[in-house]
Amino acid sequence: MADIQQLEAFVTQVRRDILRQVHKVNSGHPGGSLGCAEFFVALYQEVMERRDGFDMDGIEEDLFFLSNGHISPVFYSVLARSGYFPVEELNTFRLLNSRLQGHPTTHEGLPGIRIASGSLGQGLSVAIGAAQAKKLNKDKHTVFALMGDGELQEGQNWEAIMYAAANQVDNLIATVDLNGQQIDGSTDKVLDLGNVRAKFEAFGWTVLDIEDGNNLSAIINGLKKAKSLSGNGKPVCILLHTVMGNGVDFMMHTHAWHGKAPNDEQLADGLSQNPETLGDY
Amino acid sequence: MKTYENTGSKDTRSGFGAGLTELGRTNEHVVALCADLIGSLKMQQFIDENPERFFQIGIAEANMMGIAAGLTIGGKIPFTGTFANFSTGRVYDQIRQSIAYSGKNVKICASHAGLTLGEDGATHQILEDIGLMKMLPGMTVINTCDYNQTKAATIAIADHKGPVYLRFGRPVVPNFTPADQKFEIGKAVQLQEGNDVTIVATGHLVWEALEAAKTLNEKGISADVIDIHTIKPLDKEAILKSVKKTGCIVTAEEHNYLGGLGESVARELSLEHPTPQEFVATQDTFGESGTPAQLMEKYGLNADAIVKAAQKVVKRK
Repeated sequence: MADIQQLEAFVTQVRRDILRQVHKVNSGHPGGSLGCAEFFVALYQEVMERRDGFDMDGIEEDLFFLSNGHISPVFYSVLARSGYFPVEELNTFRLLNSRLQGHPTTHEGLPGIRIASGSLGQGLSVAIGAAQAKKLNKDKHTVFALMGDGELQEGQNWEAIMYAAANQVDNLIATVDLNGQQIDGSTDKVLDLGNVRAKFEAFGWTVLDIEDGNNLSAIINGLKKAKSLSGNGKPVCILLHTVMGNGVDFMMHTHAWHGKAPNDEQLADGLSQNPETLGDY
Repeated sequence: MKTYENTGSKDTRSGFGAGLTELGRTNEHVVALCADLIGSLKMQQFIDENPERFFQIGIAEANMMGIAAGLTIGGKIPFTGTFANFSTGRVYDQIRQSIAYSGKNVKICASHAGLTLGEDGATHQILEDIGLMKMLPGMTVINTCDYNQTKAATIAIADHKGPVYLRFGRPVVPNFTPADQKFEIGKAVQLQEGNDVTIVATGHLVWEALEAAKTLNEKGISADVIDIHTIKPLDKEAILKSVKKTGCIVTAEEHNYLGGLGESVARELSLEHPTPQEFVATQDTFGESGTPAQLMEKYGLNADAIVKAAQKVVKRK
């Protein structure tokens, strides 16, 4: 395993990238991005088996699909700092003629992105298709997906959850970012998700919780455990308990920063809590 | 006039099934998905021969479109099969984001399009699907006219890189195009040469256009008949060449006049060669239960309707 302190430093830099991206264009989604920074770093820096460069078909490597595409700032930061495209390109987030669209897309040819997402509820189905293509290709690698918790309100997810279990898509690890928040408030108040673990289990999935979804060691251990559980006839679900806005104190534990950028003062405050580690772009 | 012989009426969906079976034998990358309509889509032979390359999705069309998009990542060429209504309107956003905008090589194969689905009624008779699909950037839209053409189109679209909407139907209709035809996406087929009126038809209306041309000929009107199986990209050169000769045009389709073939033709003509046009299409209405022949008669989608439209448009020249 990589040195946890090095990964912590990576996360700190990713937080800076998130804040600076959304501040520059005064738009974007910092809250969910910050909540998943540790997850993305663990996945791309420690857990996924990745090949050099980028090929759409992703043969003989692990794949990742982001279903809740609005957390593009964290995705772009981690992709860039994992070598998929120049870090300086983060400067173009949401600008005209950029490959870094508001929500991720293959349309502009950004390396690392394999599907457009943004309209919610579609990513799990795509991940299942990619996992089944791997099986046809006799490729033993794993397909990862991330969904938001509010996103589970979209019905297509439950079509996909039923299908993956019924068809033993066991090279699939789907993570739900359980931060308990959505645009109009807490998920409990907007549309109560009920017992998510019991629902996945009832559909036939293996489910494991990562109780501290902002703790790198816990995430790495959880993802590795999920990988060890795959290949046993059942898809695997990780319930990742995160804090929205994690790492920037005034953005934490609220849905207020779902889709709102910090002003100059707030940016300075957030950056002061996360000192530069790998070099700003 | 050329004579076209019906070599034995068949349903176009069986042409799809035959084409898919052939692809199963010739292209290892082709996979098929179905949402609980194997019999209706004539997919059983492909499944029998390639069980590992078939995915039964169940009654979950949104999931089917997403899984199809995912299967392309890894080099597969997915063919989805369900009714036209459930292939388009029900899953428009899934097609838009996961397939069209993502540029995925998915072939959306849609049976039971239009009124000729018959007795099931308007819930299943989509008359808006061509419009929905042609509005998506990068989407190729094909509507075939008989068994042979549907089989040839099914085989041809596997070699086209990019999303395709292939529309066909339920009823048994005359089979008159060559069994050994080479299907060229975006290339119109000239069926009759004439000087007085152009008839551009797609899908089940192509045979009706040929019947109409015979009647018109008896009435002293010679019709240029074009089978426009590909609505997008539209073969505008073939249409422009014809109307420059005839000076007027009838478009014929089993679809709403809003969003259909007729509108695509009208746009090209208005830009390059304004021409009097009549639209044989449904008039912004839903369908209803009935036999295919009754419905096509009631909603004005047969040879008689084409003849009347041609007589009308000739007078507008």
